[in-house]
Amino acid sequence: MRSTTRRSASVLATFVVITATVFAACSGTTPSSAPSTAPSAGTSAAPSAAEHEPVTIVVGALRPGVTQEAVDALYEQIGQFHDKYPWITVEPEEYNWTAPTFTAALAAGTLPDVFTIPFTDGKGLIAQHQIVDIDSRVRALGYADKFNPNVLVNGQDADGKIFAVPTAAYGMSLTYNRSLFTAAGLDPDAPPATWDEVRAAAKTIAEKTGVAGFASMATENTGGWQLTTATYAMGGRMEEIGADGKVTATVNNDKTKAVLERLKAMRWEDKSMGSTFDYAWGTINQAFAAGQVGMFTGGSDLYTWMIQNASLKPEDYGVATIPLENDPNAGVLGGGTLAAVNVVTTEAERDAAVAWIDFYYIQKLLTEEGAVADAKALAANNQPVGVPSLPIFDKATYDESQKWIESYINVPVAQMTPFTSKIFDQPLVTEPVAHTQELYAALDPVVQAVLTDENADIGALLDAANAQVQAVLDAG
Amino acid sequence: MGSISDVAPAREMTVRPRLARFRITRDGLSTLVFLLPFLVIFGLFAWFPILRALVMSVQDTNLVSEPTFVGLENFQRVLADPLFGIAVRNTAWFAALALVFGFPVPIILAVIMSEVRRYRGVYSALAYLPVVVPPVVSVLLWRFFYAASPTGVFNTILGWFGVGPLPWLQSAATAMPSIVIEATWAAAGSTVIIYLAALVGVRPELYDAAEVDGASIWQKIRYITLPQIRNVLFVTLILQLIATSQLFTEPLLFTGGGPANSTMTVLLLIYKYAFQNSLGGDYGMAAALSLMLAAFLALFTAGYYWLTRRWSVDS
Repeated sequence: MRSTTRRSASVLATFVVITATVFAACSGTTPSSAPSTAPSAGTSAAPSAAEHEPVTIVVGALRPGVTQEAVDALYEQIGQFHDKYPWITVEPEEYNWTAPTFTAALAAGTLPDVFTIPFTDGKGLIAQHQIVDIDSRVRALGYADKFNPNVLVNGQDADGKIFAVPTAAYGMSLTYNRSLFTAAGLDPDAPPATWDEVRAAAKTIAEKTGVAGFASMATENTGGWQLTTATYAMGGRMEEIGADGKVTATVNNDKTKAVLERLKAMRWEDKSMGSTFDYAWGTINQAFAAGQVGMFTGGSDLYTWMIQNASLKPEDYGVATIPLENDPNAGVLGGGTLAAVNVVTTEAERDAAVAWIDFYYIQKLLTEEGAVADAKALAANNQPVGVPSLPIFDKATYDESQKWIESYINVPVAQMTPFTSKIFDQPLVTEPVAHTQELYAALDPVVQAVLTDENADIGALLDAANAQVQAVLDAG
Repeated sequence: MGSISDVAPAREMTVRPRLARFRITRDGLSTLVFLLPFLVIFGLFAWFPILRALVMSVQDTNLVSEPTFVGLENFQRVLADPLFGIAVRNTAWFAALALVFGFPVPIILAVIMSEVRRYRGVYSALAYLPVVVPPVVSVLLWRFFYAASPTGVFNTILGWFGVGPLPWLQSAATAMPSIVIEATWAAAGSTVIIYLAALVGVRPELYDAAEVDGASIWQKIRYITLPQIRNVLFVTLILQLIATSQLFTEPLLFTGGGPANSTMTVLLLIYKYAFQNSLGGDYGMAAALSLMLAAFLALFTAGYYWLTRRWSVDS
């Protein structure tokens, strides 16, 4: 009896120890340990190339749902990279930045070693020590000073140290379906140049073809993003920064109201916006590629995604600059992508990660060899080459890079002229600086309300959203 | 009657020797060993997260930066959030709609099917089929049906009768009822099977006696069937109420909480607190609202249990 009891006690003790150990192991992944793993700035001395210790990095370079040809193109580029850095093994992983999935992966520590983020997230991730200080590594590559300072700043901390490398920049554009324009009796080579013309064209397309003449994204924070785009084009701003650095929400400004009034009129008076009002980034691109949308505002670099993911017919695609109102503050919302390195990496992995960023994202923009190799790999796999974007270095470097790949360009360049011929003359305005995604999220329901409720009170909706954004800003 | 049942358990407890509770026999040890994996699994995936949620509800944490203790601030922020009231209202609206439409449908189906003499198994399988379809697939399928254009599946059907087209998910007025229809379709099968099993247990002689007394079909349902399966009805009702207050998958996949927050439910709001901000969610607020919901459901269930027990005893 006693031995049984003792054995039972030992079993119980073992259970307690096991449970405690497992719990301790779990709690070890809690945030309390996170900051201690963050590297201190400037301590990351790059190992000499002679060491050549084998290293493997996981890169988030594979977009979910892309065609096999796009996958083949990526693997060809990985092969080229491996030829240059035989000791580095690159494993591509499916990755697509969306706010909810990124948040979950960030909290769980499951992001790839190299991942991309929008400009708007750079400063926040730096402040939270979630991306690595790669300043010395990037500066060692010799071109850090060539970046457009207004672009590079998105990946720098307050002291100017580089934590993330700009890889692409875009300006908002008016994407339009040339075939629907033709079917509606409109000239696809003369896209709308004012918002009144946009409205008129949308009405014509809807009446003549039965599909939505104009559509707007409205969910997953994209409604706020597009409302901000249209507000900028009218000369309005969503935030104001005081002399003391205090940020004030201004989403209930008159320009935003005017934008929403126009949307309301298009939706309810003209009935030119179709019947779907819950588009997000991916779904509106799919709808456009499927010929269900005449026009929408989005990034100027959507062509690649639409070809790779949505079987876009190239002849349908047209892109023009966004109409700017006659207002001194009117501008084009510009944004872009940063490549960053996961904080949970070793020094050798960080070296390899920066080498990959340099090879995959930068060399094609900076050197003829890199540009030609990239274009060759893409063209050989029927991937778009020559999609318009904005320079992350200076305009001259951008123009030169376009000349290097001239013979490989396979996108319908002429159909993109309404954008490429004008975009460099338009003032670019960066996205709201403070709590950008939360600001966009607060505006999503406003856009949705206007598109789904004929009696929506725009003033009251914007006042409520403004109070909501201000509360977030005040909370810091 | 009541006094006897109250006394019996008390006497039984006093008879048992107190020390026996701590004696672990060889059989008991085996039981413990076999139990151990389940205890660990429950500990890891149920109890530990619950404890973590309790801790997180009084912390300012995004699971990235160092957490800080904030007392009840998260609860105050949730209560002050304008979306909280909207989410509670929407959840209650869904629960009411689901109760009115979703609760009777399985009962009616089960009663009809119990009356059918042939192919009952086939009808049961058909009724249960939607349950085995993964929710994401169901929602994507119904999204397609709910297309708001005149050429959408449901709108085409309505058009044959000169009705519509309806906006379905694209309007604040119709979005929630649309979700209720799909949710009822998806979940009714399980409840139908439970009711069918309960109906089998109703003694046939009761119906025979009623028939001799000249009772109509409705009277037999009203005075025999429903009272006989009352306990099952009570259980399924509370389970349904708990399930409806935890509505998440459908609004997330159908509407994302829109249009204009018209399908923003409490669970979806918890999700938004946690995952909307790409720089790290507000897990403290998410945990606080989760605990508030859990506390409400616990109290509600206790109250419901107490009431139904009283009804059962009274009757």
